[in-house]
Amino acid sequence: MTVPFLSLKRVSKQYAGVTALDSVDFELQKGEIHCLVGENGSGKSTMIKIISGTIDPDPGSIIEIQGEPVQNYKAINAIDKGIQVIYQDLSLFPNLTVAENIALCELVGDHKRYVQWENMKKIAEKAMARINVSLPLDALVGEISIADQQLVAILRSLTRDVNLIVMDEPTASLTKHEVDSLLAVVKDMKAKGITTMFVSHKLNEVLQIADRVSVIRDGKMIGVYPAHELNDKKLTFLMTGKKVEYRNFTPELKSNVPILECRDLSRAGDYKDISFDLRPGEILGITGLLGSGRTELALSLFGITKPDKGEILINEKNVKIRSVQDALKFGIAYVPEDRHVQGLINVQPVGDNIIITTIDSLVNKFRLIDKKKKRERIQQLVENLAIKIPGVDSPVQTLSGGNQQRVVLAKWIATNPRILILDGPTIGIDIAAKFSIHEIIRELAKQGIAIILISEEIPEVFNNCNRVLVMRKGIIVREFDTAKVTMDEIQDYVNGTF
Amino acid sequence: MKKLLYRHETYVLLVIIVLAIVITAINPSFFTVENLFDLLKSTSLMGTFAIGMLFVLISGGIDMSFTAVATVTGYTIAVLLLKHGDSMNMALVFLVAGGLGILLGMLNAVFIYFFKIPSIITTIATQNIFYGLLTVVSEGKWLYGFPEWFDEFSSIRVFTLYSETGAPYGLSIITVIWFVLLVISWFILKHTVLGRSIYAMGGNIGSAQRAGFNIFGLTLFVYGYMGLMAGIGSVIQALLVQTVAPNSLVGKEMDVIAAVVLGGASLMGGTGSIPGMILGVSLIAILSNGLTLMRVPSQWYEVVIGLVIIISVGVSAYRRKKITRKRVITESN
Repeated sequence: MTVPFLSLKRVSKQYAGVTALDSVDFELQKGEIHCLVGENGSGKSTMIKIISGTIDPDPGSIIEIQGEPVQNYKAINAIDKGIQVIYQDLSLFPNLTVAENIALCELVGDHKRYVQWENMKKIAEKAMARINVSLPLDALVGEISIADQQLVAILRSLTRDVNLIVMDEPTASLTKHEVDSLLAVVKDMKAKGITTMFVSHKLNEVLQIADRVSVIRDGKMIGVYPAHELNDKKLTFLMTGKKVEYRNFTPELKSNVPILECRDLSRAGDYKDISFDLRPGEILGITGLLGSGRTELALSLFGITKPDKGEILINEKNVKIRSVQDALKFGIAYVPEDRHVQGLINVQPVGDNIIITTIDSLVNKFRLIDKKKKRERIQQLVENLAIKIPGVDSPVQTLSGGNQQRVVLAKWIATNPRILILDGPTIGIDIAAKFSIHEIIRELAKQGIAIILISEEIPEVFNNCNRVLVMRKGIIVREFDTAKVTMDEIQDYVNGTF
Repeated sequence: MKKLLYRHETYVLLVIIVLAIVITAINPSFFTVENLFDLLKSTSLMGTFAIGMLFVLISGGIDMSFTAVATVTGYTIAVLLLKHGDSMNMALVFLVAGGLGILLGMLNAVFIYFFKIPSIITTIATQNIFYGLLTVVSEGKWLYGFPEWFDEFSSIRVFTLYSETGAPYGLSIITVIWFVLLVISWFILKHTVLGRSIYAMGGNIGSAQRAGFNIFGLTLFVYGYMGLMAGIGSVIQALLVQTVAPNSLVGKEMDVIAAVVLGGASLMGGTGSIPGMILGVSLIAILSNGLTLMRVPSQWYEVVIGLVIIISVGVSAYRRKKITRKRVITESN
């Protein structure tokens, strides 16, 4: 075997007595595509920081680059060795053009004084030519798609001599189609001898093109595996150390009378001719790409936007949902896609977040908040949903993604909804937490709540729903009974390749 | 064409044109070369402050203390002019005022960078400190009676024309100073790495830090530049009115911020341009000049300014929202 481009030997890192990395060995071959997977808190980010030189490993750890041990390794040394890290947030400048985003860092790095706009475009074009992509150079980065922004971040790292690109959760916010073009770019870089390291907490598409996969758990390297030997199940076991088995979901229907019906619901530019029904105890999946109208439909059911035409029936009665207040009155609750922006008040304590939807019912006869009632309600919900928190007074932003999502769920369950709409309930949550959220959802359905589960992840709707609606360009293209279909079939309808 | 409709500046320009037509229809003396030069001269003060404010807003900050800084620098040069006026010259006056302004501005930068206090809090505090100290020292006294050469400088014209009544008018040296500052600042913002780094920092300070930008250096520059403009502005003020009053500038911050925001700068940072700022300042200047020419009582001035800001910022925000929405829909199809 040739000398690896980068190797970590017995690398450890302790933070204030907590072991983040425990004697980790890790190797990257030149030109390979390597995945590092592990759950949140497994030590992935610490590894990225050590590789990028932003933190020092503990004494005794060895870092070798092209066979040479490096001492006193800092961020600037990493850049000199051609190591570039693309963080999950991409670290771009939304107010500047594509060309500037690609070229500016190089100009700053080279201590240039003046900006020649033509020269900047040349730098950007050179980088684009390296990986055969083409982007509008004069467009503002804030106004292009997330997928194109990702390309800009990659292009920016290609303006210098680069040997290794580390990508932190690169596919988290991309659609299937966009992931495919990203993978094509990565293959192209591989052909040019550039090493790519993907870091992820998800089992995802990246596995298709990876050469090898390293699995990390609780700060320890579990092992390195050829990618083709792994499948979802095996990888999940390696990451969590637990066997997780999916049972297909069969609803215990409480009644055959639909609690919610939509008839030919349309809203220009969002969705068109939507008809479906939903019975208590069901979990109805809605899947489709970003912009397929799935979220837009949910917003109308929750009274945020108004449909242009069509009917909504609740308990077989024709109703108009004009506002969120109306929706709540009909027993509809909506857990939004982006929990940080729409679902939680991040700086407020867990307890206050949970009761915010039902605060009206917690007042005493003086119309002031009854502290005792409030405490009891919070306690009960925290227990029901098994939210792990240091205390009900800790701000929501200090919790892990999985627990934050539980808080959002708790807040809506407190309203005793009869119809619960969940939009991407497990986005950005690691596998173990994801399964426990799924368990909660099934439990709620068992209690007789009618649930609409909107998700881009086909396994999620496939495993948890009894029926799945596939949306594409604003219309329902197909309804599936999950017992009579495969995931691949659903995927084909989502992509429009049937 | 689509791009033009997308730009905020287009709407400001439109408002200016409509306004100019209305004012001229009511009082034809608005649309004369004489009034234009007059307007340019009196606008130079606000225009100079606006340059500094533009830099600060682009970087993602705000400075509420620049009027206090200008009061301090203005008072300092006034005292020097009264004591040692015969041994001084214009260059020295600008040097002292500008230098002192830079120092005070950088003091703001140090507080903002090292103590991580939001710039609005920091500069409200320093405004009080600078202005408070000055009031103590000056006892609120007005200063006037500057040397003759100082008065003469203010009436220098690059070229002179004569009105029908024989009164001379022309392009004032003060306007020329403002123009030179505009060109330099435009060049910095558009064609230097420093300028683009200020935009980058205002767009996403975290990314700028990761990409290896010198954030402290940039902060020092931006607030120092604002201080420099405050210093130069204080000299322009002294030249225009030949009097330095401790209370003539503080309280006028909002007009300047409004003009710059009107010109397309965002309070969130990252956007704004010199041409846009010129439009914003022009709109405010034409409005106040026009209201006087139309004999609107001065009490109405602020109401009208407020309305114009709401309308022009509102219309362009609404257009932008509509266009972005349309784009999202077409993209997803």
